[in-house]
Amino acid sequence: MKDIMKSLGNVLIKMPQGFFVTLKHLFRKPVTLDYPRQKKPMAPRYRGRHYLERYDDGTERCVCCGLCAAACPADAIYMEPEETEKGERKARVYEINLLRCIFCGFCEEACPEEAIFLGQDYEFSSDNRDSFIWTKPDMLVPHPRKDNPFKRIYRRVRKVYGVPDKTR
Amino acid sequence: MAREEKTITMNMGPQHPSTHGVLRVVVELDGETVVRAEPVIGYLHTGIEKTMESKLYYKALPCTDRMDYLAPMSNNLGYCLAVEKLMDIEVPEKVKWARVCLAELTRLNSHLVWLGTHAIDLGAMSMLLYAFRERELIIDIYEACGGQRMMTSYIRIGGLAHDLPADFDKKVRNLIKLIREKINDYEALLTNNEIFINRTRNVAVISAEDAIAHSLTGPMLRGSGVNYDVRKAQPYSGYENFDFTVPLGKKGDAYDRYLIRLEEMRQSLNIAEQALDGMPEGPYRAHVPGVVLPPKEDVLYKMESMIFHFKIITEGFKAPKGSIYQAIESPKGELGFYMTGDGTNRPRRVRVRPPSYINLAALPKLSEGRMFSDVVCAIGSTDIVLGEVDR
Ligand code: SF4
Ligand code: SF4
Repeated sequence: MKDIMKSLGNVLIKMPQGFFVTLKHLFRKPVTLDYPRQKKPMAPRYRGRHYLERYDDGTERCVCCGLCAAACPADAIYMEPEETEKGERKARVYEINLLRCIFCGFCEEACPEEAIFLGQDYEFSSDNRDSFIWTKPDMLVPHPRKDNPFKRIYRRVRKVYGVPDKTR
Repeated sequence: MAREEKTITMNMGPQHPSTHGVLRVVVELDGETVVRAEPVIGYLHTGIEKTMESKLYYKALPCTDRMDYLAPMSNNLGYCLAVEKLMDIEVPEKVKWARVCLAELTRLNSHLVWLGTHAIDLGAMSMLLYAFRERELIIDIYEACGGQRMMTSYIRIGGLAHDLPADFDKKVRNLIKLIREKINDYEALLTNNEIFINRTRNVAVISAEDAIAHSLTGPMLRGSGVNYDVRKAQPYSGYENFDFTVPLGKKGDAYDRYLIRLEEMRQSLNIAEQALDGMPEGPYRAHVPGVVLPPKEDVLYKMESMIFHFKIITEGFKAPKGSIYQAIESPKGELGFYMTGDGTNRPRRVRVRPPSYINLAALPKLSEGRMFSDVVCAIGSTDIVLGEVDR
């Protein structure tokens, strides 16, 4: 008998309280986004598709040292070096296989030249497997850029690694 | 014509939504009663343990995210603590507190998903939506910390990948406040819901003796009233400094486990709050040259750091000979890493004690002799993640 009374109490009193919780949500603003028209801004540290940085004058920062490839747990990076006319080392071939890549960000952390970064872009699905091999032209940022690239890199490095804002 | 007494054998899964992934259960039914239930696993085998043997110690870390993908930080923590034990590294205080805070957020994350999926298995649709809505906020914090929403790889050997983001404190405090309120909503929806009670009370019962005999851990064990929590039994990462209670059940049924997980969520909020209050200042990585990667800002300006950076990344570090076992209390139970170093820069063997896998082995015990629909409840309240079961 006691059990039945308790069940009855649950059904008549407690369960309507639950219904009320659901009802309240009818009048709330939805939390969902109207993707793809609306997009969520990603966090500054977000690890999306890679890009290669340049110096102010447009030369590539990457010196093809291979540290990113050494750090990569998925062995997704392939590179071949060459020498410029000035006798500097740079990458002739630099490829990232996005199908292998697990977006761990180890390459970004390993790079001693601040050359490779993982950007904010996450929309790169395709139905063609070949298009997932990203080469240098795909990844290098366009050269004459509106904002000061050096400042941008500096800001980004500071943001990502939490370098205190003071001159060293 | 005489009616034949026969049982029928049915496959549940591997693509059944209520099996939480690619679990296949072979059930032998007599009418609607389960005579035999046998979980069949291996559909998601990824060979993570074996992969770890071929990777440098620091490179094996992203593998651990992919085992229990609902609790990535717990896996990271377990692996890093194991390597730190093997290498005898002492991490700074701040790292310990930050790790505890993150591990408790992870527990919340995992329990929220469990709550949503378990409830929808039993027919409560809106619970799933609410639980995922709150989980999103935790995932946002992961993203702000480590840069990835699920595969965080944020906790690293000897510290953290980056320093905590500047607004970490504020974000987590907001989250704690919000989820405290929301748990009351969940309770209003489920705790006294007659349908939910009927589906879970006295269902999937396991006694304390059986639970111990099956080496269950986590809420599965505590639901039967056995007081064992790795955080209390063998404190790690500074858990001895925190004040929290371990909720215990009485009957060992699915409803008790539900109550326990809800209470654990409340306790996690308390622990995370304590961790924020007591968070000391300090470096976010231990200073162990040649083993722990130096902070990136040092690499750019200091010569020795640069050298060690190159050295660690290209050849890793050599671990001494010997074996260690390090367990942590992951949201699902005791997550252990047994690791053998052989003097080279790769582990000889890494063995993971996955709580989901071992808890899943109790499924026949939980469901045999019960109704077929209770199998769904038994799987749900076991809280398995197939990524971890199969590894
Ligand atoms: S991206 Fe950086 S780490 Fe990789 S080869 Fe270029 S300079 Fe070296
Ligand atoms: S993000 Fe990770 S997996 Fe991808 S290329 Fe960089 S190091 Fe390799």
